[in-house]
Amino acid sequence: MVDTLQPTTEHAHGDDHGHDEHHGASGLLNWLTTTDHKIIGMNYTVTSVVMMLLGGAMAMLIRAQLTVPDGGLVSLAKYNELFTMHGSIMIYLFAGPFAFGGLANYMVPIQIGAPDMAFPRLNALSYWLYLTGSVTMLLGFFTSGGAANFGWVGYAPLSNAVNAPGAGADLWIGALILTGFSAIFTGVNLVATIFYLRAPGMTMFRMPIFTWNMLVTGILILLAFPVLTAGLVMLYCDRHFGTHIYDANGGGSPVLWQHIFWFWGHPEVYILALPFFGMVTEIIPVFSKKPLFGYKGMVFATITIAALSTGVWAHHMFTTGVVLLPFFSFMTYLISIPTGMKFFNWIGSMWGGQVQYTSAMLFAIGFLLTFLIGGITGILLASPPLDFFTHDTYFVVAHFHSVVIALVIGAMAGIFYWYPKMTGRFLNERLGKLQFWLLTLGGLLFVMPGYLVGLRGMPRRMAVYIIDPTWQNLNIWSSIGGFLMGISMLVFAANALKTLKAPKTAGPNPWDGHTLEWFTTSPPPHHNFYSLPNIKSERPTWDYFHPDAPALTHDDHDPSHVPGAVKADAQ
Amino acid sequence: MKFEARLLIWLGVFIGIMGIVYGVWSKEWGGTAMLIGTGILGIFPGLYYRWWSKRIGERPEDRDATMAEGAGRIDTFPGSSIWPFALGMGCWALVLALVFGTWFAVIGLPLVIFAVSGATAESRRGGDASGH
Repeated sequence: MVDTLQPTTEHAHGDDHGHDEHHGASGLLNWLTTTDHKIIGMNYTVTSVVMMLLGGAMAMLIRAQLTVPDGGLVSLAKYNELFTMHGSIMIYLFAGPFAFGGLANYMVPIQIGAPDMAFPRLNALSYWLYLTGSVTMLLGFFTSGGAANFGWVGYAPLSNAVNAPGAGADLWIGALILTGFSAIFTGVNLVATIFYLRAPGMTMFRMPIFTWNMLVTGILILLAFPVLTAGLVMLYCDRHFGTHIYDANGGGSPVLWQHIFWFWGHPEVYILALPFFGMVTEIIPVFSKKPLFGYKGMVFATITIAALSTGVWAHHMFTTGVVLLPFFSFMTYLISIPTGMKFFNWIGSMWGGQVQYTSAMLFAIGFLLTFLIGGITGILLASPPLDFFTHDTYFVVAHFHSVVIALVIGAMAGIFYWYPKMTGRFLNERLGKLQFWLLTLGGLLFVMPGYLVGLRGMPRRMAVYIIDPTWQNLNIWSSIGGFLMGISMLVFAANALKTLKAPKTAGPNPWDGHTLEWFTTSPPPHHNFYSLPNIKSERPTWDYFHPDAPALTHDDHDPSHVPGAVKADAQ
Repeated sequence: MKFEARLLIWLGVFIGIMGIVYGVWSKEWGGTAMLIGTGILGIFPGLYYRWWSKRIGERPEDRDATMAEGAGRIDTFPGSSIWPFALGMGCWALVLALVFGTWFAVIGLPLVIFAVSGATAESRRGGDASGH
């Protein structure tokens, strides 16, 4: 049945040990010199999760400070550093690298039947730039002036040499240049891999949706990140070489920084979100025992999001008073349509299925719920009159934290789903469910009071606030939610440590998965496959293990196939 | 390969048109330049892929195919290599030179040059022959 595609790669050196996850000499030298996308993907995953824990610890300090109106836990200056570094770490060092550097790096080549990424050495360079960039950003805390303190958006003129004179700001700029190049190289790698290294029969419209989303993410990275890097170079020139690009006194324009930053920043929102959309799109059909509902619609929605995401940047800048309000408002409303389509497809994929509530599935459902709240409040903010009223209040903070907490929940879904593939072991389901409830309920408890206190006018990025019992109560609830999320991460750390030495019981295909990664061993061998099944649909592994079920092709979306497929599965 | 090319061209054309509409309507230069530049960034590689897709025709991964049709050499993948790490450290030193002083570049610049030439020579040999 299986036509063998022996890792038909021509190896330049003696590659006779493709039988375990680590090939060749073990130890530090192997780690430093590896070009294997699986090891690099694991490096990325572990590093970014450590960054998330660090950023989360800073969030705990921020929430503790805000439980009282005139809190003295940290100084006002330290508070500025904390919220800046919390945001920077979570956005630049966790959410993106976890998705496109970690899980995508590991899974995309396997999902399309490729032996590695297209440019393995460039891939390794991406990781080293990401790691050094992360260290560079954190170094700011050890300089005499402290870390960067102008918010993760680095607005001019707060980020100029007068207002932020220390080395911390320069380290922040340098870190973003390093991680920016790391992201660009990963984007090149993802696009080239998906365009050139697919297995025979793996047409574009048979690729798993996760791979599709990573392709579009890769394209978006290539569109967006060079703009940020250019903007940062100009910022550095303003700070040190006496240019006046963002300096109104010298004839420059501070708003230009906002244009450049958000021209990167809004596609970046989708660079962060699309991989997690892809993860839950993999997880929901597998645990509903159904094919994905609306595959082509899903692809169309992803491409549409990419196209529209470049035209919405200035909705972050409504209150500057110099942007074209109707254009950006209209484009922002438009982009909610494809995202809404995805929600229909996810619900359609669960509808009538035999839903198994594993931890991964619970996290995926938690992602839908939290992201929906964040998405809908985003639509509210797309209306300029409402945005004028709520800009820079906790309403906005609660909005985007709903979105990014959804991403953290989605990340957990991805980890629980693919952990057996990456390690051969299961994470503990009972601890996973405990973590799910702590994280999701904690997350909701954290954001909901934020909306209310924001509507009452509490500004963001303030270490102290007016003494008002309502504000304080809402802040205390918010902090309790935040601490619950913190505890959930401890549960996760305990779970990961506990299962690190567990016996390898997962086997190649523990979830009865659809896509090619479930066809190979867990963890996959060097260069990924001993053999590959023929690819006739978007679910090659499922087709192979359920030969009696009618094959599902896109040209033939006969609804009668779906019950047939479920019946064949039940037999 | 055809669809890959179309995807990039469609994206580029859409963003380019959006840039023209935005430019005419807003008369704001920064955004207009970025949008039209982004459009070109889509169209340019898209046309290149289109040209290639015409030259090489349908590949096994563009149509119904069995694994056997794709058998043979896929590509040459380098084994382990120290150069990405060396290049990464060199770039890091260069960035630290921006912050802490030019003397970091004394380490960074030679390391970058050394690593780039090392990696290039390695490619010509077809991988790290000294690797395990």
